[in-house]
Amino acid sequence: MAELRIEDIIKPENIVFKKTKLFTDKPLSYCPGCGHGVVHRLVLEVIEEMGIEAETIGIAPVGCSVLAYEFMNIDMVQAPHGRAPALATGIKRIHTEKFVFTYQGDGDLAAIGTAETIHACNRGENIAIIFINNGIYGMTGGQMAPTTLPGMQSSTSPYGRDVETMGHPMKITELVSNLPGTRFVARHAVHTPALVRKTKKAIRKAFENQKENKGLSFVEVVSNCNSGWKMSPVESNKWLAENMLPFYELGTLKDE
Amino acid sequence: MGELRLMKGNEAIAEGFIRAGVDAYYGYPITPQSEVMEYLMLEQPEKKTGMVVLQAESELAAINMVYGAACTGKKAVTSSSSPGISLMQEGFSYIAGSEVPAVVLNVARGGPGLGDIQPAQSDYFQSVKGGGHGDYRQIVLAPSSVQEMYDFVSIAFDLAYKYRIMVLILSDGAIGQMMEKVVLGDQIPRMTNQEIKDKYDSWAITGRTPGREHNVITSLDLDQENLERHNHHLQAKYREIVEKEVVFEEYAIEDAEYLMIAYGTSARICHKAVQLGREKGIKVGLFRPITLWPFPDKRIKELSNQVKGILSVEMSAGQMIEDIMLAVESKIKVEHFGRYGGVVHSPEEVVIALETKIIGG
Amino acid sequence: MAKVRGAIVVDVERCKGCEICIGSCPTDVLRMSVDVNGKGYHYAYMENPEACTGCVNCATVCPDTVITVYRIKVPS
Repeated sequence: MAELRIEDIIKPENIVFKKTKLFTDKPLSYCPGCGHGVVHRLVLEVIEEMGIEAETIGIAPVGCSVLAYEFMNIDMVQAPHGRAPALATGIKRIHTEKFVFTYQGDGDLAAIGTAETIHACNRGENIAIIFINNGIYGMTGGQMAPTTLPGMQSSTSPYGRDVETMGHPMKITELVSNLPGTRFVARHAVHTPALVRKTKKAIRKAFENQKENKGLSFVEVVSNCNSGWKMSPVESNKWLAENMLPFYELGTLKDE
Repeated sequence: MGELRLMKGNEAIAEGFIRAGVDAYYGYPITPQSEVMEYLMLEQPEKKTGMVVLQAESELAAINMVYGAACTGKKAVTSSSSPGISLMQEGFSYIAGSEVPAVVLNVARGGPGLGDIQPAQSDYFQSVKGGGHGDYRQIVLAPSSVQEMYDFVSIAFDLAYKYRIMVLILSDGAIGQMMEKVVLGDQIPRMTNQEIKDKYDSWAITGRTPGREHNVITSLDLDQENLERHNHHLQAKYREIVEKEVVFEEYAIEDAEYLMIAYGTSARICHKAVQLGREKGIKVGLFRPITLWPFPDKRIKELSNQVKGILSVEMSAGQMIEDIMLAVESKIKVEHFGRYGGVVHSPEEVVIALETKIIGG
Repeated sequence: MAKVRGAIVVDVERCKGCEICIGSCPTDVLRMSVDVNGKGYHYAYMENPEACTGCVNCATVCPDTVITVYRIKVPS
C-alpha cells in the first residue's frame, strides 16, 4: 500500500477536534500557557454540546478573566470585584429557566467576594460557579491571594507567605461544601489531558444540575499562573502538581 | 378614582413597586426603611404578579443583585437608608458606567457614620454629585408626601428606561414613617420575557438570540480614547436630561419678595412657614425642587430677578445651597437654615431664620 | 486490525509557544519551531507526523485552542 500522506488525513471529514464556535474571533488575552484558556474552552464546549447558548448568561469577574466576555460569544455581564454571585442571584431569581454561571478567580471569589460567594452558596442559588484558583493575583501583578500557599512568594509576600502574620491559605471549596445550599462541589485541574477531561465532566454536571433545579454547583479548577509564579508554562504546571495539589486535593467533595 | 388607603410612606412605595410591575426587589434591612421589605414579604407579590422579593446578605449584594437583574432588561429595585446607601455606591457607579436602568430608594437618616435613625437630608451631595467614582450622574427625585412615595415609582422607572440610567428616590425617615392617605393606581402588568426581548434586545443580556451578536454589559474599556468617547456619550445624555426632565413646584410665588427653597420633608415644613410668614406680612414664597438632579437652576435664576433673598432650608448643614448659589450667580443674598443630625426644624424656626438671615441680615 | 493515523493543524499565528502540548503527546510527535510567528512566538509543529495517532491530547491541554486534530483508520 502506498504511503499515507498528511494531506490525506487533513480533510474536513476526518476532524476529531476543533475549536468550539462559541469562541469569538478575538485571541485570548491570557499569558502563554495560562489555564484560563482551557477552562474558557471547556465552559463553551459544554454550552455548545448542551445547545443552550441562547439560554445562557455568564458573569465575568474582576481579575485576569475580566475580559472573558470578549472571548465567549454568549450574553455576558462584567461584575464589580467579588460581586458575581450577587449578580448571578439577581439574574437567576427572575430567569429561572436560564443557565447562569459565574467565572471567578481566587482573589475575586475568596477574598473580596467571600460574603457574596458564601451566601449565594448557602441560599442554594441554582447557578454554576466556576472558580479558578492559581494562588495569586494575576491581573494586578502577582500579589498574595487568599489561596497563596504557606511560604509561597508573591509581590506582597516577597519573603514567602508567613502564616503567622499573613494568615493561612483558604480552602473555600471545602468551606462551601459544608453549606446545605451546595449540591455539587468539586476540585479539578487542567494541566494534563486526563485532568482536563475530568474538569469538563464536572462543568457539564454543574450546568446539567441547573436544568434539574438542584441548587448551587461549585467547580474549582486549580490552575497555573506562570507569569505571577515567574516560571515557564511547563515548569509552572510541574510546580502546580508538586506544590498546589498536595494542599488543594483534587476530587469531588460533594455530589447530592 | 383609584383605591384609597392609609399607609406609611415605606408601605406606599412598596405597594408602588408591586403595582408598577417591578420584577425584583432585593434589599437589606435598615432603619428607618425596613417596612419596605417587610411589607413586600407580607404581601407575597410573587403570588400576584410574579415579582421576586429577596433579602440579601448586605446592601452591597442587594445593589449587585439589582445590577444583574437590570442587565437583563427587568425592572429591579432596592431600598436602604443612608449608611446602606453609602455601601451601594460601588454598584451605582457600575450601573452608571454600563448604562442599565434601575431604581433605588434612600429613606435618609442622620449621619455621618452610623448617625441616628431620625430623618435627615444630609445625603444631598452624595445623591446629586455622585457618591461613587467616576464622572456620572443619576436622576434624583425627592418626594414630600406618602402619595409621592407611591407615585414616583412609575415616574422613576419611566425615566430609568428612557435614559438607561439609575433613578434615586431620595426620601427621609419622616416621609418613610409617616402615615397619610394614598390613592393607589391600577396594577401595571410586568413585562413578559418576549416583550423585553422585543424592546431591549439591542442591549439586554437575555441569552444570545440566534442571529445576533452576543450582548455584553460592562463598564470596562481599557482603551482610554474609547473610554473618553463613552464619557462624552454619557455627558451628552446627562445634558439631554438637564434640558428635558427638570421638575419643580411653586407655592405663593407670584408676589413673593423672599423665597424659601426646600425639598422633601423640609418643603412640607416650609409650606407652613410661608403661611406663618405671610400672616406676619412677609411676602414669601416656596420653591420646591422635585428633581434634585437635574436641578431646576434656570427657574431659580429667573426667580432671583424677582426676589430679594433666598433661604435654603434643608435638614443638613447646607448642601443644596451650593447649587442655589451657582444658579443665582451671587446676584442676591442666599443663606442656609436647617437643623440636622436627625433634628427636624419647626416652621417657626424657619420664619425666624428668614427674618434674621435674609430680611434683617 | 485497523491502524489509526492522525495529524494536527496548528493555527500558527495564534500559538503562544507555551510548549504544554509537547509534553502531553504520548508519541513524541511535536516540537517547537525555530521560526517565530508574527507575535514572535515559536510555534508547535509535527516533527514526527507519522507517529501521530490523533489522540487529541495536545489540543485538550492547549490553552489557546490553536490545534485542530484529524484522525483516520487505515487498514493494516
